[in-house]
Amino acid sequence: MPARPDAPAYFDHAATTPVRPEVVEVLVEQLQRLGNPSSLHASGRQARRVVEESRETIAGALGARPGDVVFTSGGTEADNLAVKGIASARRAADPRRTRMLAPAIEHHAVLDSLEAMADQGMQLELLEVDSVGRLDTAALRAHVERDPDSIALVSCMWANNEVGTVQPVGDVVQIARTHGIPVHSDAVQAVGVLPVDFDHSGLDALTVSAHKIGGPVGVGALLVQRGAEVTPLLHGGGQERQIRSGTLDAAGIAAFARALEIAVGRRAEHHHTLEALREDLVRRVSAAVPEVLVNGDPRPDHRLPGIAHLSFPGCEGDSLLMLLDAAGIECSTGSACTAGVPQPSHVLLAMGHDEDRARGSLRFSLGHTSTGADVDRLVAALPGVVARARDAGLLNRRVS
Amino acid sequence: MRVLAAMSGGVDSAVAAARAVDAGHDVTGIHLALSRNPQSYRSGARGCCSIEDAGDARRAADVIGIPFYVWDLSERFHADVVEDFIAEYDAGRTPNPCLRCNERIKFEAVLERGIALGFDAVVTGHYAQSVTAPDGCTELHRSVDTGKDQSYVLGVLTQRQLAHAMFPLGDTPKELVRAEAARRGLSVADKPDSHDICFIPDGDTAGFLHRALGERAGQIVDAEGAVVGEHEGAFAFTVGQRRRLRLGVPAADGKARFVLDIEPVSGTVTVGAREDLAVTNLTAIGPRWCGPAPDGPLKCTVQLRAHGDEHRATVALLGDELVVDLHEPAAGIAPGQAVVVYEGSRVVGSATIASTSR
Repeated sequence: MPARPDAPAYFDHAATTPVRPEVVEVLVEQLQRLGNPSSLHASGRQARRVVEESRETIAGALGARPGDVVFTSGGTEADNLAVKGIASARRAADPRRTRMLAPAIEHHAVLDSLEAMADQGMQLELLEVDSVGRLDTAALRAHVERDPDSIALVSCMWANNEVGTVQPVGDVVQIARTHGIPVHSDAVQAVGVLPVDFDHSGLDALTVSAHKIGGPVGVGALLVQRGAEVTPLLHGGGQERQIRSGTLDAAGIAAFARALEIAVGRRAEHHHTLEALREDLVRRVSAAVPEVLVNGDPRPDHRLPGIAHLSFPGCEGDSLLMLLDAAGIECSTGSACTAGVPQPSHVLLAMGHDEDRARGSLRFSLGHTSTGADVDRLVAALPGVVARARDAGLLNRRVS
Repeated sequence: MRVLAAMSGGVDSAVAAARAVDAGHDVTGIHLALSRNPQSYRSGARGCCSIEDAGDARRAADVIGIPFYVWDLSERFHADVVEDFIAEYDAGRTPNPCLRCNERIKFEAVLERGIALGFDAVVTGHYAQSVTAPDGCTELHRSVDTGKDQSYVLGVLTQRQLAHAMFPLGDTPKELVRAEAARRGLSVADKPDSHDICFIPDGDTAGFLHRALGERAGQIVDAEGAVVGEHEGAFAFTVGQRRRLRLGVPAADGKARFVLDIEPVSGTVTVGAREDLAVTNLTAIGPRWCGPAPDGPLKCTVQLRAHGDEHRATVALLGDELVVDLHEPAAGIAPGQAVVVYEGSRVVGSATIASTSR
């Protein structure tokens, strides 16, 4: 999609990425069709067929069986369903299972779901990560082996959404599986750039979202192994194996399937393109602003190719974001946002960075519409923006 | 000019921002997040930094068509306004936190950051007028809506601060501002005015201070020193207060009694008759001038609390202190409040009342 000349340079693909034109076509076409997939007449059967074909496409693209796919309203709902649904079912089956383990750098959809369960009498144990944001598997092993029978669930994201560090999901599964503990992984940021194969992963549940891969907002899925018990969050018509009631969004699901098919089909090439753009971005920004610090795992095969998470010492991330925004360059200060009130990133804090560094950081995330011209604009604007933001200083600091 | 519009989520600041756009300025809206614990926003309490207000401010910015951001000033606000508020009550004084917020947050922290980021001025929805005098100085005047006038809480601003401040509502009565908001399609048009202290959304100042300072039982005495009651903390009292004294011993003459004095170290609160409240002299500290300081005694009017009456007076600088002689006695003057000095409608300056005498 050629960018309009006045279009912003968009570096926030990890928040949401443009819907691909092929996906828009599918969505528009399907929106014009009538039929509830649960209805028994011809229109219903036609809608059901769209859903089931999409389910097969999605399962095929992710190494899952069609029956594993539970459609949801997106990643947040899938994370809630996995955490609350599996933890509740496991505790119901054995009341000793009250502990839940997860790295401290999880997305809030997982963290806050875990905390909601902790409010209902379960125990949340957040696991340490190292300075690049990777889960400490020795810590996980120690937590598990202390009393494996008391663990309801382990959740570990595939790759972190803020700094991009890939997590040792294979090791996590290995440690948990010995004790029959189910593992969930939020793979929202990984799908489309890293190879994600559900069966091969050994995971019990995996979250995926359409709008991070060129599909529409409002649709996603939780892949659930058939043996896994999941207590539903939504009750009603009994759709999706009774796990998730609600009329199926045939158009959104068809668009999701098309987006996933394209994203997975072009994954290797896309990875290569993003990696090259990111390298160019980091190298040129580091030259233009020498004091910049790069967060996350420096090893290319241990991080997402499209995320550059940078700290600008002495600057407030809010100031940088506002000045870049005014210059038509769009990025993010992090994922956490309470009523628009920027909070220091829990990910950077968990990595051992102080609050000033956490507040003085920006995430630049690349995607399928990113170009070298976007990077040129960023590199041209950044030195002036950083100088200004440094003058403005750390706003929210005591001065008296 | 590139200007920052401080948008509280209320009707006044929204219309002020819209007027700044109409005047041809390049306006960016900001909402100041002032609570240290954003979770507390979810309590449902109304204050000027609730989630609802941030949302209202954002929506108003959308309608006006300006960029909008939230600035987190919670630590600065806590240090400069909330802790100061508590410390002042602890010292037996009655502070005005809105004035302090204007002095240290809106027209210092926000303004200085804005200037560093390339902005020229801060726009607020205060009811006051900023006028450029022939000599180029910026003068602060009362609003044309004397009932809503807020020049008192802006009286602490210096010439530099005033030169970078815009008050687009000072020439308009409040009802017309509401009507204008409705005409502009701003959904905050019929939002009620905020009256409470924003960080005490339930309005229970005594309860807030009790939690902050703990129980500090003390005695209530009459002017002769006889104990007439007890209390759980002198901070709950303000000079001139009549209600909630709960005196055990009635006055000999049966008349109502008022707080005359608060002695913070012993926690003794002195009460007496209304006529004993009358004050003719006061001294005030930390004077700040909107323009040049007066070079001699100045015949003027003074306002001694928010929305209070004007009193004719003569003020003079004596070293670092401002000495105020009231031409007629005034009652209920609480140390910690500001004395704001006016010449006609123009604000000359202000200082913090330290002591009073009859």
